[in-house]
Amino acid sequence: MSGKPIIEIEDLFHTYMIGTPMEHAALKGTSMVVNEGECIAIIGHTGSGKSTLIQHFNGLIRPDSGKVIIDGIDLTKKRIDIKALRRNVGLVFQNPEDQIFEKLIGDDIAYGPFKQGLPLKEVRERVKWAMDMVGLNFEEMKDRQTFALSGGQKRKVALAGILALKPKILVLDEPTAGLDPRSRNELLDKIKSLNKLENLTVIFVSHNMEEVAYLADRVYVMADGTDVLSGTPEDIFTDKEKLQRYQIGTPETVQALYRLKDLGYNVTTSAFTISEAADEIIKVLTGGEVENHGK
Amino acid sequence: MEPIIALENVSFSYKINETHSVPVLKDVSFSVFPGEYVAIIGHNGSGKSTLSKHLNGLLTPSTGDVWVRGHNTKDESRKLDIRKSIGMVFQHPDNQIVATIVEEDVAFGLENIGIPREEMKQRIDEALEVVKMSDFRKRPPHHLSGGQKQRVAIAGVLAMQPDCIVFDESTSMLDTFGRNEVLQVMKKMNRMGMTIITVTHRMSEAAEADRIIVVEDGTIVMDGQPRDIFKHKQVLMDLQLDVPAVSQIAEIVHHHIPNFSKEVIQEEELINEVKRVSKARSGEVV
Repeated sequence: MSGKPIIEIEDLFHTYMIGTPMEHAALKGTSMVVNEGECIAIIGHTGSGKSTLIQHFNGLIRPDSGKVIIDGIDLTKKRIDIKALRRNVGLVFQNPEDQIFEKLIGDDIAYGPFKQGLPLKEVRERVKWAMDMVGLNFEEMKDRQTFALSGGQKRKVALAGILALKPKILVLDEPTAGLDPRSRNELLDKIKSLNKLENLTVIFVSHNMEEVAYLADRVYVMADGTDVLSGTPEDIFTDKEKLQRYQIGTPETVQALYRLKDLGYNVTTSAFTISEAADEIIKVLTGGEVENHGK
Repeated sequence: MEPIIALENVSFSYKINETHSVPVLKDVSFSVFPGEYVAIIGHNGSGKSTLSKHLNGLLTPSTGDVWVRGHNTKDESRKLDIRKSIGMVFQHPDNQIVATIVEEDVAFGLENIGIPREEMKQRIDEALEVVKMSDFRKRPPHHLSGGQKQRVAIAGVLAMQPDCIVFDESTSMLDTFGRNEVLQVMKKMNRMGMTIITVTHRMSEAAEADRIIVVEDGTIVMDGQPRDIFKHKQVLMDLQLDVPAVSQIAEIVHHHIPNFSKEVIQEEELINEVKRVSKARSGEVV
């Protein structure tokens, strides 16, 4: 969290279809700061403005008013280097089918780097690296047809296509929806290592509180077009009043601990991981501290 | 008892071109009986989505047969009966809503099959009541939350009075609240006698069913009660699956406190086990 701000958003407004009967204010003065190398989760209900917000990050949507500075590029200016912006910000949408159009997996992932004019050898290396990052075997999968893939595999291909562009900021909309448990865990681990080891700034929208707890350094909660709450996952998941007010879910572990706490057991509800939650229960049952575990 | 759905040696391949095809289902046989609550689990690409599309004739087998209430899904003349009998709820709430007012959306299917006005009204009332969306009947659906939209979609299916509802990853796009709402509705409908088949990646959801079918590489590798299925943690892990979070917690607690059962698969059971062991322990002290 030591990096300098790479995304600065202040008092951002965006209204769709201004001046028509369909006019709809999606963002009403939202603010957010993301530092280089951070992993940020954005949570909130359908229609809270999450998707509109993240589409500002690579200039798909331009602000009506407010400050939006992405990696030094001021989006409120009329003339901006959109190519540089798109090179630096990789956006993976929710429906992976939307982003796949080549017949073969390898070609699809190579499309972006190829269009950037990189030499073939480097394109190949990047495709291989990106496929490895998402857990697709290069030799086995590169010549497979994209249309016969399952939903989860398509998601991996779409993500690899973005990673192959080597963006500085990775933006993911519901990255693991529809993935089986192992694919999910593997993908989360990959995102974590990209974030921690390669210093990639990651911003993701999620409904899945397990992955928010596992990945995010900080969380922004959106409601009705503004950021209503932000903090570490621990701050958010231990504030029962706010969880209820904004109808925020918790990981299954925290959910079970809250129920025990309500029954009068002395447990801490900030234990997100399986082993931390188990430790809390052991502590209650043995009436003492647990050796060899802890955060 | 007659099964609602019976699969007999079902195989299915996707054709890639004239000479090549990819086999997805390989000789699958099983039956689902009235009132059952079945979860189908399997990793991405295992064939479970293709399987679920066979249950109401959206896809028909390359070889083998699927029988719905005794009708073969290959029989075009029975298509409408089959679709009426087996309702489907899909993954994306937005893709299933067609009307601009909640009650009209629920009415959509009924209008298509020519249900008389009076009966239609009654069916809509009942369906919205079951999913607890009666207060929203005059509202436009696009401002609803994901869970509410899914419940409207369920009401639309329910109003058709099917024998069975198939949920194809219907909770995967929902947050914790939305998921719980939809799960409550599924359980309630099952208690009311509805046969439920749910395809899911969430082990805690599969744990709520009476029966779990595990699909791997186009075949059924396990079929049994959740408690028995989740005993095979290693097998599930090898199949890229898992056991519910509460089971994992219970296993660690059991390791430290042998009296604490490790055969816990639902949150409720975990809570009860903590209560039981805690009482027993305080008894020891006294």
